[in-house]
Amino acid sequence: MKILMLVLLLTLSGFAGAGVEYREFANAGQQQAYDDLISELRCLVCQNQTIADSNADLAKDLRRQVYEMLQQGKTKQDVADFMTQRYGDFVLYNPPFKAKTGVLWVGPVVFLAIGLIAVLAFVRRNKTPATAEISAEKRKKIHGLLEKGDKS
Amino acid sequence: MLKYIIPLVIFIVMAVFLAVGLNLNPRDIPSPLIDKPAPAFSAPKLGAPSETLSQTDMKGKVWLFNVWASWCVSCRSEHPILNQLAQQKAAVIVGLNYKDEPDAAKNWLTQLGNPYDVSIMDQDGRIGIDWGVYGVPETFVIDKKGVIRYKHTGPVTSQDVQAIFLPLIAKLQAENS
Repeated sequence: MKILMLVLLLTLSGFAGAGVEYREFANAGQQQAYDDLISELRCLVCQNQTIADSNADLAKDLRRQVYEMLQQGKTKQDVADFMTQRYGDFVLYNPPFKAKTGVLWVGPVVFLAIGLIAVLAFVRRNKTPATAEISAEKRKKIHGLLEKGDKS
Repeated sequence: MLKYIIPLVIFIVMAVFLAVGLNLNPRDIPSPLIDKPAPAFSAPKLGAPSETLSQTDMKGKVWLFNVWASWCVSCRSEHPILNQLAQQKAAVIVGLNYKDEPDAAKNWLTQLGNPYDVSIMDQDGRIGIDWGVYGVPETFVIDKKGVIRYKHTGPVTSQDVQAIFLPLIAKLQAENS
């Protein structure tokens, strides 16, 4: 019973999570834009969370800011620009491709390529000829053994 | 020979990358506001809420904009440094009392001393957002033209004051407004 209670409480505690202020939207599009934005913006205090996931004070303020801007009829791009002007590209989980963020985007591909080349080189070097030369004497011995068969 | 050199080179490259990565402070996010005009604000003064201060009032002066709060633990370690800096009168120090209770803030200043020429209140954190504030304390240095020239995240230490702030302030004071 105690365990059941614990499980129940742990399940409920998940709902006490962040980002669940009650917001009213004029239409579904606006709601969608809000949900998209808060899960694309980084909480700068707790750096590996989005502002939707975070309970930090700053995340609350930024959610309020996003909501208010959408209410004023601003587009998603407007809000993203507003945030990057103040906090830099780091605030976006999906940063634009440009000189500064180039390494971020190209890096993984480059490393994958290096890895593939290394594997290829390794495989080629260790390739042994498929048909090994066997001396006539050994061949005879093998045949002898095969003919005798397995007597064990 | 190559067989031994290649792993060694890979090891050295990785070691250098990891060493640099370990020594980076992930909270040091470069501010896009450097060399941009100070974001506009107009906010009531702490202790005199009927008066307001805006960034245009600071034109022609080199000033520090220090974000602080009475609930902020590392502000407490920074405070004596700011008091010392204020005594040197190198630049005007404006405080942004960020998301704080005015009474708690006033108490803090009477108890620990007041390094600020003036503090303004930002109770709902909107000025903070405009300035890209994400952690308290933060300190900005603004030149006579009203352009942000430097941002320091986290508590200012006395080494920072000697090595960064005082030389920068001296340089900015020498510039024409």
